[in-house]
Amino acid sequence: MQGTVDSNSQSAGDAAIAHEEHQDLRVLGLLIFLCSEFLMFAGFFVLFLVYRAEAAAWPPEGTEVELLLPAINTVILVSSSFVIHYGDVAIKKGDVGGLRKWYLITAAMGAVFLCGQIYEYATLGYGLTTNLFSNCFYLMTGFHGLHVFIGLLLILGVLWRSRREGHYGAEKHTGVEMAEIYWHFVDIVWIVLFSLIYLLTLI
Amino acid sequence: MAQANLTDRGAGNFSVHHHPEKWKWYDYFTFNVDHKVIGIQYLVTSFAFYLIGGLMALAMRAELATPNSDLLDPNLYNAFLTNHGTIMIFLWIVPGAIGGFGNYLVPLMIGARDMAFPKLNALAFWVTIPAGALLLGSFFFGGAQAGWTSYPPLSLITANTAQSMWILAIVFAGTSSILGAVNFIITIWKMRVPSMDWDQLPLFCWAILATSILALFSTPVLAAGLVLLLFDINFGTSFFKPDAGGDVVMYQHLFWFYSHPAVYLMILPIFGIMSEVIPVHARKPIFGYKAIAYSSLTICLVGLFVWVHHMFTSGTPPWMRMFFTVSTLIVAVPTGVKIFSWVATLWGGKIRYTSAMLFAIGLLVMFVLGGLSGVTLGTAPVDIHVHDTYYVVAHFHYVLFGGSVFGIYAGFYHWFPKITGHYLNEGLGKLHFVLTFIGTNLTFLPMHQLGLQGMPRRVAMYDPQFQTINQICTFGAFLLGVSVLPFLINAIWSWSRGAKAGGNPWDAKTLEWTTDSPPAIENWEVLPVVTQGPYAYGEEHLTVE
Ligand code: HEM
Ligand SMILES: [Cu+2]
Repeated sequence: MQGTVDSNSQSAGDAAIAHEEHQDLRVLGLLIFLCSEFLMFAGFFVLFLVYRAEAAAWPPEGTEVELLLPAINTVILVSSSFVIHYGDVAIKKGDVGGLRKWYLITAAMGAVFLCGQIYEYATLGYGLTTNLFSNCFYLMTGFHGLHVFIGLLLILGVLWRSRREGHYGAEKHTGVEMAEIYWHFVDIVWIVLFSLIYLLTLI
Repeated sequence: MAQANLTDRGAGNFSVHHHPEKWKWYDYFTFNVDHKVIGIQYLVTSFAFYLIGGLMALAMRAELATPNSDLLDPNLYNAFLTNHGTIMIFLWIVPGAIGGFGNYLVPLMIGARDMAFPKLNALAFWVTIPAGALLLGSFFFGGAQAGWTSYPPLSLITANTAQSMWILAIVFAGTSSILGAVNFIITIWKMRVPSMDWDQLPLFCWAILATSILALFSTPVLAAGLVLLLFDINFGTSFFKPDAGGDVVMYQHLFWFYSHPAVYLMILPIFGIMSEVIPVHARKPIFGYKAIAYSSLTICLVGLFVWVHHMFTSGTPPWMRMFFTVSTLIVAVPTGVKIFSWVATLWGGKIRYTSAMLFAIGLLVMFVLGGLSGVTLGTAPVDIHVHDTYYVVAHFHYVLFGGSVFGIYAGFYHWFPKITGHYLNEGLGKLHFVLTFIGTNLTFLPMHQLGLQGMPRRVAMYDPQFQTINQICTFGAFLLGVSVLPFLINAIWSWSRGAKAGGNPWDAKTLEWTTDSPPAIENWEVLPVVTQGPYAYGEEHLTVE
């Protein structure tokens, strides 16, 4: 790509005047984008509830869900949201080492979550196409899993960049913050998903 | 995203900050992050798709000149039908009005040097290209057959590969809208010149803001529905397969939850264009600035709760019919508020009958007709009779052609001098207007009659009793085809050779006219200072003229 135009570019003519820089709006942009993402999940949630209401038995016999493993997974994912926050707190104090430590732990917890989910898929006695419930189950958890995976990549990206001296600092950590926000989002979606798919079967 | 890279790279690396004095022609074919380049990319690409979608329509109208299916293979007819609608909506009006005018104008109107996220902006444009490629490519696999609404079960059992490509195309186009929406919201919210208050924000920007909010909240729901459809077609799920417990009507809910708001995506930016064009060419302050600004927001809110008016015949329970009839009638109110405001603005104005103004007035006439037929359709007892007939086709072409396309044309004539530095030729412009106005009415007015007599939509063959009216429509359609020629010739010729336009050829008050035509890269040497409202016409003219 050639010739990017930047809001404070020092070029073409009289650069000193009024080439002011605007504030960093990326965090705000991400938040607005996530509202949109959430509505996509909301579409799935509503669909799930309607199908649940329409079905004679939900889940139908033979496609019951496992509860213990997902519960453990939930604990892991929810606590990872606190862990990642420590990383954010650390970098705000300029402590890159702390950031790396907490983000690494978060990444590990995310990976455990994903492995747990794959294990669950492998041990359940039914697959994506078994019935309408299993359609919903795999689609929704799978789609969420994809988001966890993306969040994981973001965290790994932060870790990778943080190797460079001065890349992040007390005043310069937008990327860190964005990864954290995304991770919280993934977490919140999971809590709703877990309630719908797993907890509702208890009622 | 660009501005962060700046701080990251810091001083000392000046080459990164460099941009040329002027863009070369080939810069328009690259991943360029200048909002004006992106705006032009959107406008030109979407217009090309308009021509493609238009040719498909002409092929269909040619087929419909006779009751029998004698020109096109019926499957090809269906593929044209589907892709005509899809292209016109997702690759012409939405990217043209929002992507094209929105990108070019919003930063200029609010005194910003660019959008908040320039790279994201370029990305949003470039993902529309695979969307178009997928749709056109799908013809090698028979073309999607199920209409732009792609209801199951039809969409599950016809042309599976092409239907899947169609779904991916919409997902790409939707991604583009969402990324664009995030960018517009933040830009309008945060990047106005400090001297501009909210009540000095041009109405076009208000309209783009409302559009963006709507796109942000409705597009993902469509995406959800389409992902499920994709799974049903390719991966053996049965979300929309009734024999396996799925529910076809759920698709319709997900689809219309997006697609009713989508019709406002296609008209709100046009309302914005109207609110700019009319005061400038009537030389009067806009009537009811606040009413227009807030009615956009009202439309976008109420518009989220009317979608079932597309589904009155889908086994919808009575309470739903009642509720959605009422909400639909309510949503017509803020639309009416705008119409009254524009008429009041024209009233007693010193109207200049420029081509831009002619298209704006034409829009007023046609859109009112489309709105009225909309109100009749929104009333469940009427709709049950005319649903899926040509009456509906007449309705949405009055609002989409008579509304959206006329509005985009008005915008072209109005801002062409800003974008290129040259006027469009007025003589050709008026010829274009007359042909388009006659052609549109000739094509779509008789369709009301066809529908009321019971001719179903989306068919390649029909009962011979409908032949005469269909031939009138076909004649009108070819006239519309011809009407594009004076515009194309005009645009190509005037781009370099039209009469030179200065910075402010129409003597307008919004900020885009305070810089050169075409504006320099980064728009202004020194940012303008807002001292008066965007429509403060009158006072000084009363004494000067
Ligand atoms: C006064 C405002 C409006 C009202 C009350 C209204 C009402 C309706 C209703 C009830 C239908 C469903 C008819 C049926 O399928 O039986 C409909 C269809 C449609 N309307 Fe409108 N409408 C309005 C404005 C608009 C605008 C501004 C646009 C676009 C710019 C638009 C585009 C469409 C389209 C594309 C369809 C057909 C969808 C399809 O089935 O393919 N309408 N309208
Ligand atoms: Cu609607």
